[in-house]
Amino acid sequence: MTKVVVAMSGGVDSSAAAALILEQGYEVVGMMLRLWSEPGKEDTNRCCTPDSMAQARRVAAKLDIPFYVIDAKDVFRETVVEYFLEGYARGETPNPCLICNRKIRWTFLLDHALALGAEYMATGHYARRTSGEDGRVHLLRAVDRSKDQSYVLHILTQEKLKHALFPVGDYPKPEIRRIAEKHGLPTASRKDSQDLCFLAGDDYRSFLQRNAAHMLQPGEIVTRDGKVLGEHNGLPNYTIGQRKGLGIASPVPLYVLGKDAVSNRIIVGTQEELGSSELTARDVNWVSGEAPAGSFRAEVKIRYTAKEAEAWVTPMDNGSRVQVRFDAPQRDVTAGQAAVFYQGDLLIGGGIII
Amino acid sequence: MIYLDYSATTPVDSRVLDAMTPFFNASFGNPSSVHRYGQVAESAVDSAREMVASMLNCRPDEIIFTSCGSESDNLAIRGAAYAIRERTGAKRILASRAEHPAVTNTLKHLEKYEGFLIEWLDVDERGRVSPEKVAEAICEDTAIVSVMYANNEIGTINPIKEIAKVCRSKNILFHTDAVQAAAYLPIDVQSLGVDMMSLGAHKFYGPKGVGALFVRKGTPLISHLTGGGQEFNLRAGTQNVPYIVGFAEALRLTVMERERRAAHVKPLRDRIIGAVLETIPDSRLTGDWESRLPHHASFVFKDVDGNLLLALLDAAGFACSSGSACKTGNPEPSEVMNAIGLSREWGLGSLRVTLGVQTTPADVDSFLKVLPGLVEKARKLKLNRHD
Repeated sequence: MTKVVVAMSGGVDSSAAAALILEQGYEVVGMMLRLWSEPGKEDTNRCCTPDSMAQARRVAAKLDIPFYVIDAKDVFRETVVEYFLEGYARGETPNPCLICNRKIRWTFLLDHALALGAEYMATGHYARRTSGEDGRVHLLRAVDRSKDQSYVLHILTQEKLKHALFPVGDYPKPEIRRIAEKHGLPTASRKDSQDLCFLAGDDYRSFLQRNAAHMLQPGEIVTRDGKVLGEHNGLPNYTIGQRKGLGIASPVPLYVLGKDAVSNRIIVGTQEELGSSELTARDVNWVSGEAPAGSFRAEVKIRYTAKEAEAWVTPMDNGSRVQVRFDAPQRDVTAGQAAVFYQGDLLIGGGIII
Repeated sequence: MIYLDYSATTPVDSRVLDAMTPFFNASFGNPSSVHRYGQVAESAVDSAREMVASMLNCRPDEIIFTSCGSESDNLAIRGAAYAIRERTGAKRILASRAEHPAVTNTLKHLEKYEGFLIEWLDVDERGRVSPEKVAEAICEDTAIVSVMYANNEIGTINPIKEIAKVCRSKNILFHTDAVQAAAYLPIDVQSLGVDMMSLGAHKFYGPKGVGALFVRKGTPLISHLTGGGQEFNLRAGTQNVPYIVGFAEALRLTVMERERRAAHVKPLRDRIIGAVLETIPDSRLTGDWESRLPHHASFVFKDVDGNLLLALLDAAGFACSSGSACKTGNPEPSEVMNAIGLSREWGLGSLRVTLGVQTTPADVDSFLKVLPGLVEKARKLKLNRHD
């Protein structure tokens, strides 16, 4: 029988994923990662508290599948947490879920799943994968668009996608809860998780304060033409498009337009100055394995929760970078977040905004 | 699945189960009751006590039934610590660094909340406590010495007789945790010379949830589970009659069949040790080569996540254990691994393989066929994790 490892988190989606995979007739093994927590905050870390681990274990027992916890503390700290801190040090707003999916879930955990003899690894992500006629595997948005999580999966290569299953992507969320209930899974009514797991329910600013206080150096708040308007208390404390909390008296509302890590400055301007009609992205992954030959039309999503916008996407440097030109200017284009390109439901690729 | 974790627990022998069954339903009385139901149950407990006493070569009223080996350790150490302190004021307890958590955590508790002083005796790299070290460490203020008979993680057998002799010559109370030892080693308390000895039935084909403590007549002991007057006022609570009957029957069978059981597992165990050390690079035996439980093989592999190895083995159909066994993915080398001086890179990669009556040569063959590959796999995953 074909073996599938289900990456479990103790939440309803991955629990239902395990149930669905089991229904499909595979041999199922549950696996959970032990991720890093700040020393002393182990109990509040969202995705691997003793509680969520106990939940996942109960689900596995209910489904009568083996369940193993894999220690990923060191690798998580060395990759995801470092990436998060380095991103802020560069003046970006990093998205650690992206690197976690790339290096932890779809490398570290997938390696463990394959070592266990699995052919596939299933997760509770809302996304779909289909096999194309050309032998390639396609990554599609979830049926339930409001829950679609394909954005964080744009990092998947053909090699990884070949081993990936997303059983919940075919269902609307209420249906997933119903499936969990039908199987009597104790996680059926658990609430959805929101924030970053290792922030332990805390604001990222206080996390930085504790773990990288040196980054929070006060500096100048300036206009585009260099006029100093005030002082900020550390670049990471501000996000692009932010209006409140700047502490500047001004006749017109001012917004954060950009951050300059080199001069440790925040650039502000009026609402009219906000927004850009183009962006450049680096470290682009093309899900098909090949960059398109020339510019193409796509709907581009510039953060996990953003609405996609029509644009021209132009591959550069053999496809390792792209330029995206939007039909209409976009607010809050933020360095460190991903720009992900879709054509309808099909995910073409994505990269990190610079 | 092939079960190679008999030190964790054993299946209940069907003969033991047969002995227990009538006391769940047909003869369900409370041993404390005056009526016939109670008398039948009381008689069953008394017979069990006599049986255990004869296996241990002691008096029946020196046997206290408990709920498990850990409870026996707690009763022995707490009970004697309080009683001796009350009597003489002595508040120092000596114990080896490689004890079971039932002992170490009880001692830490006594130290933190009750003001006792714990002195941890070093073990050598094979996990043995030397009688000379015990002799040196004993002082006027020493109340109790506690050294386990055989170690659960590394199988090492301690020179209990010699340690008991040292303690007796200095008139110090000596307790031994014999939970792992009882399945394979002599448990004659007169010949061993111990004052208190803890046992648990499920390590020798009895049920979980029942243990016993031998307490030599005259040993000062205060009850720590208070209530009715059961177990000579030392352990309150209605006796678990079927389990106590099961304990006695399992122990009886163990003493009768001990040599045969040892003769069955030892050659298989030796084959495992030989093959592992020969075929797996960067592997070491933990514990002693000679002075070792006959069913027990334990290793460390450098740069291997022991938990992961257990998962791989489980997926391949083999149930084993590890000194850092942890179901929450938060492995730390056990105190035993630290006590025998292993570094973290070795100590996290431990594997315990323990055999039993149902282990066959074919089981061992198939285990030895897959183990080297799985160790290699686990090592690769640990070393290549940044790719």
